[in-house]
Amino acid sequence: MTNVLYDTPGPRARRLSRIASIVGVVVIAIGLVALIAALAAPRITAAGAELPGVFDPSRWDILGDRAVWRRIGAGLLNTLQMAGAGAVGAVVLGILLSFLRTARSPWIRYPVVVVLEFLRGMPVLLMMLFTLLIFSTGAYWAGVTGLVLYNGAIIGEALRAGIASLPRGQREAGLAIGLGPVRTRLLIEFPQAFRQMLPIIIAQLVVLLKDTSLAYAIGYNELLRTTTNQMVNYYGSRYLFTLFFVTFAIYLTMNLLLSWIARVVARRTDAGRIPKGSTPFSRRAEKRAAARRERALDRAGLEAGGGADA
Amino acid sequence: MDAVLENLPTFLRGFGVTIALLGIAGAGALVIGTLVAAMRISPVGSLRGFAVVYTEILRNTPLTLVLFFCAFILPYLGVRIDFFVLAAIGLTAYTSPFVAEAVRSGVNGVPVGQAEAARSIGLGFGQTLGLVVMPQAIRMVIPPLINVLIALTKNTSVAGAFFVKELFASAQDVINVRGDQVFAILMAVAVFYLVITVTLGRIAAVVEKRVAVLR
Repeated sequence: MTNVLYDTPGPRARRLSRIASIVGVVVIAIGLVALIAALAAPRITAAGAELPGVFDPSRWDILGDRAVWRRIGAGLLNTLQMAGAGAVGAVVLGILLSFLRTARSPWIRYPVVVVLEFLRGMPVLLMMLFTLLIFSTGAYWAGVTGLVLYNGAIIGEALRAGIASLPRGQREAGLAIGLGPVRTRLLIEFPQAFRQMLPIIIAQLVVLLKDTSLAYAIGYNELLRTTTNQMVNYYGSRYLFTLFFVTFAIYLTMNLLLSWIARVVARRTDAGRIPKGSTPFSRRAEKRAAARRERALDRAGLEAGGGADA
Repeated sequence: MDAVLENLPTFLRGFGVTIALLGIAGAGALVIGTLVAAMRISPVGSLRGFAVVYTEILRNTPLTLVLFFCAFILPYLGVRIDFFVLAAIGLTAYTSPFVAEAVRSGVNGVPVGQAEAARSIGLGFGQTLGLVVMPQAIRMVIPPLINVLIALTKNTSVAGAFFVKELFASAQDVINVRGDQVFAILMAVAVFYLVITVTLGRIAAVVEKRVAVLR
């Protein structure tokens, strides 16, 4: 495989990289073994008592208990509920903002630019705290509001970039067949922009799902607070590492799954855009469209891969 | 408004801690992220694999969990470090894969023909990298890197929930004393954050225009 930095390797380079690879595996393995050994070793507390190592069965036995999983499930449900409400709200707000942001009247457009800039430059946690304290909504709605405002702004920018990247002829054709400007936007431009930006929107939903854990800081009983606060208080701090590990594994699984879906959707929309029997001419047109899309995203400060906004 | 003015020293102290977190974690993430990116593009299989696993795990873990790990689990396992340092470590670790991805896409964004042309006129690996590929890659990487730093600025606020007295935490402290002026206090904090993020955003826009590679 040729990439920018390396030519296709010859026999000597292949041998060299194989040796380096083996050395790398050994080094990484040594690191992992050292880490696991350090975790498994029993520790002496300041008081002089000996604590069993992290992999000691006495730290993991609660995972066999049904009630434990029911509690974890309840915490997960709280997280998913917030993520679901946040996702729906963010997409709706995003669509709304993208329409306002592309409005013809500068009296609508410029205030929306300022609002978008403000929302994107603000920590989500601060928006959550703001809603919690100013509107006394309770932790759940404060969390949802923070997620909706921030991710709505990002999705709005992505959709606007999508609309801006469409060839001008799309709009002109809509106007030419007598659809008004509003109906052209709704029926012609927006559906195309939405489909193009779908991978980015899904990637942003991964960010949203990750950000639900911020509600931990405003006292909402989402997954992390349920496991590492409530359950540790109930079952004892002996299980802190175990419960944290389970939480970590659950988050990782959910996010990797969503990221994978985003990639599949991206591939599918890409494949859909280049039909099998395409001519060189239409392929070139497709390439131009892809470049236009990327430039529009660049201008919006978004990444084509999505999720750049940590 | 007077609650803000009276407590200005508290805010400024918090702002200083936020800037310090941004500087330390930003520099750390740039170094580690670049190393991970180098591993990810290297022809050595095991390093590539390690870089992929590192990136995917950290990118798909919520920042709250990373900082929780640093603030609770590490001390629980016997690590005795100041919470500020722990938070800086957590933010560095969390930000580094985003840096790595930005750097990688920058290097891969240089057309292969550029490197092929360099090699075909007899430049070695170091020369190809230093004279042809990197000058172009760095230009493309700077704007996305600034976006990563903007995200990091906002992310430092999460450290406030884990015993670090940065801007967000000092706002909560002030609110505890002056519950009557919550709105003004939160707006003041918002302005402090916007000072950093909007400035960085403007810098990104200017740099982008200056160093754009015309193709």
